[in-house]
Amino acid sequence: MPSPAAAPMPALALSGVTVRFGTFTANDRIDFSVGSGEVHALLGENGAGKTTLMRVVAGLLKPQDGTIAINGTPVTLNSPLDAAALGIGMVHQHFMLVPPLSVAQNAALGLPRVGRFFPDMRRVRADLAEISERYGLEVDPDAIVGDLTVAGQQRVEIVKALYRGARIFVLDEPTAVLAPKEVEGLFRVLRMLAEAGTAMVFISHKLNEVMEISNRVSVLRQGKLVATRATAETSGAELARLMIGSDFELPHVSDTVPQDAPVRLEARSLAYRDERGVPRLDGLDLSVRRGEIVGIAGVDGNGQQELAEVLTGLRQPQSGTLMIDGTDVTGSDPARRIGLGLAHVPEDRQRTGIVDLSIAENAVLETIDRPPASRRGILSHSAIRAFAETLIADYDVRCTGPRQPITTLSGGNQQKVILGRALSRDPGVIVAVQPTRGLDVGATAFVHRQLLEQRRRGAAIVLVSTELDEVLALSDRVLVIYAGRIVGELPRNQIALDRLSALMTGQAAA
Amino acid sequence: MSAEPVSTPAAPARPTGRFGDAGRRVAASIIAVLLALACGAILIALWGVNPVSAYGALLNGAFGNLNSIAETLLRAIPLTCTGLAVAFAFRAGTFNIGAEGQLMFGGAAAAAVGLALPHLPPLLLIPSMMGSAMIAGALWSLLPGVLKLRFGANELITTIMLNYVAIHFISFLLYGPMQESAGYLAQTDRLDRATTLPQLIERTRLHIGFLIVLGVVALSHFALWHTSWGYKLRVVGLNARVALNSGMAVTALTVSAFLVSGALAGLAGYMEVVGVQRRMIEGLSPGFGYTGIIVALLGGTSPLGVLAAAILFAALQVGATTMETAEGVPSTLATIIQGLVVLFVIGRGTIDLALRRRGSA
Ligand SMILES: Nc1ncnc2c1ncn2[C@@H]1O[C@H](COP(=O)(O)OP(=O)(O)OP(=O)(O)O)[C@@H](O)[C@H]1O
Ligand SMILES: [Mg+2]
Repeated sequence: MPSPAAAPMPALALSGVTVRFGTFTANDRIDFSVGSGEVHALLGENGAGKTTLMRVVAGLLKPQDGTIAINGTPVTLNSPLDAAALGIGMVHQHFMLVPPLSVAQNAALGLPRVGRFFPDMRRVRADLAEISERYGLEVDPDAIVGDLTVAGQQRVEIVKALYRGARIFVLDEPTAVLAPKEVEGLFRVLRMLAEAGTAMVFISHKLNEVMEISNRVSVLRQGKLVATRATAETSGAELARLMIGSDFELPHVSDTVPQDAPVRLEARSLAYRDERGVPRLDGLDLSVRRGEIVGIAGVDGNGQQELAEVLTGLRQPQSGTLMIDGTDVTGSDPARRIGLGLAHVPEDRQRTGIVDLSIAENAVLETIDRPPASRRGILSHSAIRAFAETLIADYDVRCTGPRQPITTLSGGNQQKVILGRALSRDPGVIVAVQPTRGLDVGATAFVHRQLLEQRRRGAAIVLVSTELDEVLALSDRVLVIYAGRIVGELPRNQIALDRLSALMTGQAAA
Repeated sequence: MSAEPVSTPAAPARPTGRFGDAGRRVAASIIAVLLALACGAILIALWGVNPVSAYGALLNGAFGNLNSIAETLLRAIPLTCTGLAVAFAFRAGTFNIGAEGQLMFGGAAAAAVGLALPHLPPLLLIPSMMGSAMIAGALWSLLPGVLKLRFGANELITTIMLNYVAIHFISFLLYGPMQESAGYLAQTDRLDRATTLPQLIERTRLHIGFLIVLGVVALSHFALWHTSWGYKLRVVGLNARVALNSGMAVTALTVSAFLVSGALAGLAGYMEVVGVQRRMIEGLSPGFGYTGIIVALLGGTSPLGVLAAAILFAALQVGATTMETAEGVPSTLATIIQGLVVLFVIGRGTIDLALRRRGSA
């Protein structure tokens, strides 16, 4: 294998690629290349145009201008099939899998060589098993995709692309949904792929990941390529500066909550079993005071999502009680809790947070029954639009206007709409789950400031996050969740990292 | 020139409402109809008739003179009602295949009230007949609604099954307690003149029920796009989980959609009883409830689109008779053309995709 620097022809080269949506330019004359065996990281704020550029590479978008060359040969990509045939595989920010089908069926879907009418599934299964063996990717060809964890589905996307013969890999924020351990696993796979000569584009908002895995870094800002650097010759600080054009600092909690502040959210002995009878919450206690942020730290899948959904009323616990500002809300529906001032920033924003309508219509989901959005049941479209315009301005949502369908926003900007919607109600209790997932550094700092502002205002905040840095910076107290129980509580100024990780992995008793 | 996805991502192709790329969708619907007519032309030619003159006869039969226009619009009345009925259910994310049965109950209720209270002044009688038809349709649609919410029974199946229950139950009524005094046919006595709706156009059968239906279309449009109820209904239909998380009363909204849907189908029954048959008969509906499904889909489940689609289907049905008598094209061929419209409407997504691709080329 030639070393990446010496490769004469880049595996993939874009030059002058321009994509416009109406009058908005999402990619402005971008030159970008990646050699075989190279990992080229792509950085940029939310809405900078990273996903758009990669959709061009994957044949999902036709640029208005510019050329694409594979191994030096100019190509035209009319569809994802063209791209796949040229060895381009994409692991999307939002996975493109069919949940009710098995892994093997997903991999074979629409692939002519498997046989159009009577696909040879046995061979597909054998091939997949061989691939997952070779790259140490744990994937069961017969598993139903919908049953897999997020990390599992991501492995399926990778195996699927490999099975289809991908030599150029595009990974759009693959680590956003992974726990730190899983990130390590992914990086092991990427290194192996690089050794085998695969060219890779890696998108992430996390600078440390970029510094660790990439050979080169390119930075996009508002649709323009502002810099390309060899990773070894740059630093996280420089990249951050290039990305947002200025220095910034992540905020953190500094003052303390008075111990006599009233308790706004109180949960006692919550127990929840899922549809299959598996206990997810096992006698969980939680209380949050006025003006307090309680961080819930833990490895993903230890009951965080269930806890959030029980608190917000999306699920009903089998036992336990729940009070908001002294009112018993056990068993009540989300409507009642929202009425009492609860706000939810859901983890799974695609499924729980947004609906396929315009930004404006999404901005008023929770407030549609009140003035100014509606009066006596009649909508005021002008008031809705005005509200959305304020939200867009306040939360710096990068879009073409309130009428833009929310599904066409970049992931981070969708999150800003959800946050703005929840926080603009001045909620008394906030349940925020992974509120900065998929957000760029600047937006993350913004969200942190917003949460601190809500705390100052007197809200009680439950912050569920797998990002330890985030939990540590913002929380007054950190509770560690493991197997559906709170196994430890650490006040802000007494957090020892080794103790924390021992608790998180269930290796220490409280 | 704006960039558009070359191929649709995994997102389901659902109506996204007034903010979507509605223009292209309308174009796709029109192209679907034209393609169906083109395929129909081939069939007509195979039958040995010149398609141009056959379609000429069809157009003439549907719109050629005042009377044919009146007949077409008269036929569009029940189709608009059932189309709206299905559209409201669709918007809320449910399927109402039961408009046929709800229509029958509506018709029976209207006739029953009209026969029981013939001496009421028309200003009271007409609204109470219309109201009871809508209530009867709504109540009959409540059944699958409750079965769905209480037991998770799929409304696709229950509504279609309940159609048979409705049709046979009405037959029982028409052979039994409600049968005409002469006692021969499965029909009620003829309704009193006082119950009929005034004519809209002199010397035709078109009555002011058409204006009422236009009002209902306008009202439906307003309800869907300008009330918080309609907004919430659409959110429930697009993603019930989001609706729940946003504090919407998902169950109540679903029930309300069933009720409105059934009431609109019941209204269709009223219109047929009062405006066409002047009595309740067995077989009041030649499948208006089912055609309503196609009308709703072709109309993009928007009230204005439903009205346009209903007039189109009415024209196809009314014009088919002329095509048969004037050109010898069997009216079953017109039925086949309607079927082709269904097929192309279902495949409309492909046309939409092709239009997008041209847009980006
Ligand atoms: N189909 C579309 N119509 C209109 N605008 C679009 C469309 N798709 C993307 N955009 C806009 O293009 C810009 C770039 O979006 P893109 O998804 O590429 O951002 P990104 O860099 O991937 O951001 P993130 O880090 O949040 O994922 C955004 O402002 C987005 O709103
Ligand atoms: Mg993106």
